[in-house]
Amino acid sequence: MTSGNGSKPQGGARRDGEPQERIGVYVCHCGTNIAGTVDVQEVAEWAATRLKHRGVVIGRDYKFMCSSLGQELIEKDIRELGLTRVVVAACSPHLHEKTFRTACARAGLNPFLMEMVSIREQVSWVHTDKVAATAKAKAVISGGVERVLHHAPLEPMYVPIHPATMVVGGGIAGIQAALEIADSGSPVYLVEREPSIGGHMAQFDKTFPTLDCSACILTPKMVSVGSHPNITLMTWSEVEKVDGYVGNFTVSVRQKARKVNTDLCTGCGICQEKCPKKVIDDVFEAGLGYRKAIYTPFPQAVPKFPVMDVENCTYYQKGTCKACEKFCPTEAIDFDQQDEVISVQVGNIILATGYDLFDARRVSNYGYGRLANVFTSLEMERLMNAAGPTNGQIVLRDGKTVPKSVGIIHCVGSRDRNFNNYCSVICCMQSLKFAHIVGERTGATVYNFYIDIRAGFKDYDEFYQRVIEEGTLFVRGKVAEVTGEPRIPAEQGKLIIQVEDTLAARQRRIPVDMVILSAGLEPRKDSKETAKLFGISCSANGWYIEKHPKLDPVATMTEGIYIAGCAQGPKDIPASVAQGAAAAARVMGRIQQKEMALEPIRASVIEEKCSGCRICNGLCPYNAISFHEDRMVTEINPALCQGCGTCVAACPAGAIAGTGFSNEQILSQIEGLLLLNLTEQEPVAA
Amino acid sequence: MTEQFEPTIIGFTCNWCSYRAADLAGTARIKYPPNLRLIRLMCSGRLDPTFVFKALAGGADGVLITGCHPGECHYLEQNYKALRRFQLLSRVLQGLGVEPGRVKLVWASAAEGARFASEVATFVEEIRALGPLHWGIAPADLPIVSELVPEEVVA
Repeated sequence: MTSGNGSKPQGGARRDGEPQERIGVYVCHCGTNIAGTVDVQEVAEWAATRLKHRGVVIGRDYKFMCSSLGQELIEKDIRELGLTRVVVAACSPHLHEKTFRTACARAGLNPFLMEMVSIREQVSWVHTDKVAATAKAKAVISGGVERVLHHAPLEPMYVPIHPATMVVGGGIAGIQAALEIADSGSPVYLVEREPSIGGHMAQFDKTFPTLDCSACILTPKMVSVGSHPNITLMTWSEVEKVDGYVGNFTVSVRQKARKVNTDLCTGCGICQEKCPKKVIDDVFEAGLGYRKAIYTPFPQAVPKFPVMDVENCTYYQKGTCKACEKFCPTEAIDFDQQDEVISVQVGNIILATGYDLFDARRVSNYGYGRLANVFTSLEMERLMNAAGPTNGQIVLRDGKTVPKSVGIIHCVGSRDRNFNNYCSVICCMQSLKFAHIVGERTGATVYNFYIDIRAGFKDYDEFYQRVIEEGTLFVRGKVAEVTGEPRIPAEQGKLIIQVEDTLAARQRRIPVDMVILSAGLEPRKDSKETAKLFGISCSANGWYIEKHPKLDPVATMTEGIYIAGCAQGPKDIPASVAQGAAAAARVMGRIQQKEMALEPIRASVIEEKCSGCRICNGLCPYNAISFHEDRMVTEINPALCQGCGTCVAACPAGAIAGTGFSNEQILSQIEGLLLLNLTEQEPVAA
Repeated sequence: MTEQFEPTIIGFTCNWCSYRAADLAGTARIKYPPNLRLIRLMCSGRLDPTFVFKALAGGADGVLITGCHPGECHYLEQNYKALRRFQLLSRVLQGLGVEPGRVKLVWASAAEGARFASEVATFVEEIRALGPLHWGIAPADLPIVSELVPEEVVA
């Protein structure tokens, strides 16, 4: 801390021992995004004059630094002025660091000798006072200049990409991703938690707005997955552990015991037929139907092998029964089968883990779970499905009465400050689909209670118009309550929907036989744990966060991990399919490259300085640090090191070098940042 | 009119959560006071307490350390190590006569741009209330410890 008091030589002086670097400072206007708040011209001139003694030989401002002309400006200066360091003051390095590194490399300068400082996200966009913003921009650049003086030329590390890919989640997004990659010739492991792939789409009856049968379009894809030579299907399985990094992940998958030997099982279904134990199917039939204690969730399940529900199986509870074993023609039932943990090597991972339906019980004033004839949207899908518990008959909870009037409530749990602020995207169209099908099959009067109708994609609004023309009634207003308490004889035995009709500006009570709650989508209950397992981030709600919301929607901040479908946020089937295919395309690109460059940000031990104290040994979460008993020094495995720098900070001897984030770089940046204070524009501590 | 004290604050962010929170605050155009100057580290676990002393000695009036929320660290658990160091650092600072409130640890996820901005605004006010630190102004004749030590060691 030789210059701990912050004073700096102001002339052309350079501190002893510092190399003679020639630095170029480039200040971007970003149109008016930066130039509107920061006096960019003054900043560039200031850098060229006031930081001259630090080695700045040129300061330029330009309208769009990231444009090809802006980049050429930098390249030209590197060549003609012999620049040895470059500082670009523009947007966040997360956006354009790569752009400017590449520009430097084109001009023959090692790309890691460029430092990018953010004067847009951290200055012009968050501050309004122009004087203060300009002063801060200068300070930030000064920090960048001091830091870049200590940069070292680095070479990227190349890692090979394992050609296999793991897709987690066998819904439509995961199916699409798996098929795309498998069709390109690379191996895929598709891991699914449930006994069959298919996801939520397998539960649906019809899909909006075309009204084609969901199973009819999904099952051929499921069959392709099941029979594809490049796809290893791992159902009734969950990922337990992920080790490694992009190109070389080792994933441990727990294959739960099916109690069925899949080598012998033919999927004939006799075990299910003979099993005496009926269990309410809360998953596939949404609690409306039954399955057996040994079951496949639905007839078209892929794979065709059943699983045994150990918690409900009579044999496991009473010690006798084994009806399935007695009747199995191939002796495939194996009561002794245990869970198995399988280790799989993959280069990339796609997470398509889907969503959970919002629990409509939470909106207690709508009476779900308390009033029999209030249904959720998923229950309705099963009710309407010809393969469902009522064979497609739309009836009340008693199993026989056909409703004469039906109320569909939109936005249940969505766009609601008490639950989720976001729009669940699919509910409007799903509600319109229900309105159409209920009207068509029962002739009932159908009411839609909506806040806004959001029908924003191809052919969606046309479908909305069609449903209006069919005579469905629309009431704009958020439903206050669904009650079974009649006030007048006409309400007797009905469910009464209390709502403010905001277009008619009055309160209404509408008696109906059946209420459908269009429940929103929520992240999987364990989405945060899953994100942690794979090392990616979640939003506060629990949706996985993409690398860039617009320009990189299926990649994540973690190299080699991609996301697709509803796990990233609510979306409909076409969007899920598109994301599945997009993620697959990204992975295929990686596989084609065979190897990829990694940021050379790594820690390494300077053996001469290491005292062998072993303080750092316990700090690495990746077990990259090991101790050599014979030489009494610590060593870091660069292939395992992820570059967090925790050991660098901990080493009392300063024996661990943090490439790219060295002590010298950061300490110098601190000094540079403190060159100016806000009001006086003078050295902070002078 | 009394002139308002404008503190200078050095902030440290991790590359994955809190730097992105700062980016998001920018993208969403959420305003916060210009007193903060950020340094990007890969992880809050990289924060060497020396950095904090360097900043305070160099003229900063406060230091804001930010990282991913507990359990959400990009490097699995290194923010817990940052937390441990922070607690130790607070005690050391107190021993040196620096108000512990001058160094603050804040968690912000990549989705919490608004939270980041409001935490900065709050911290600026807290430092404003504490007043200038003046650690940077050492008497001219007072030798700096780090300059002394090597000679003694050599001798």
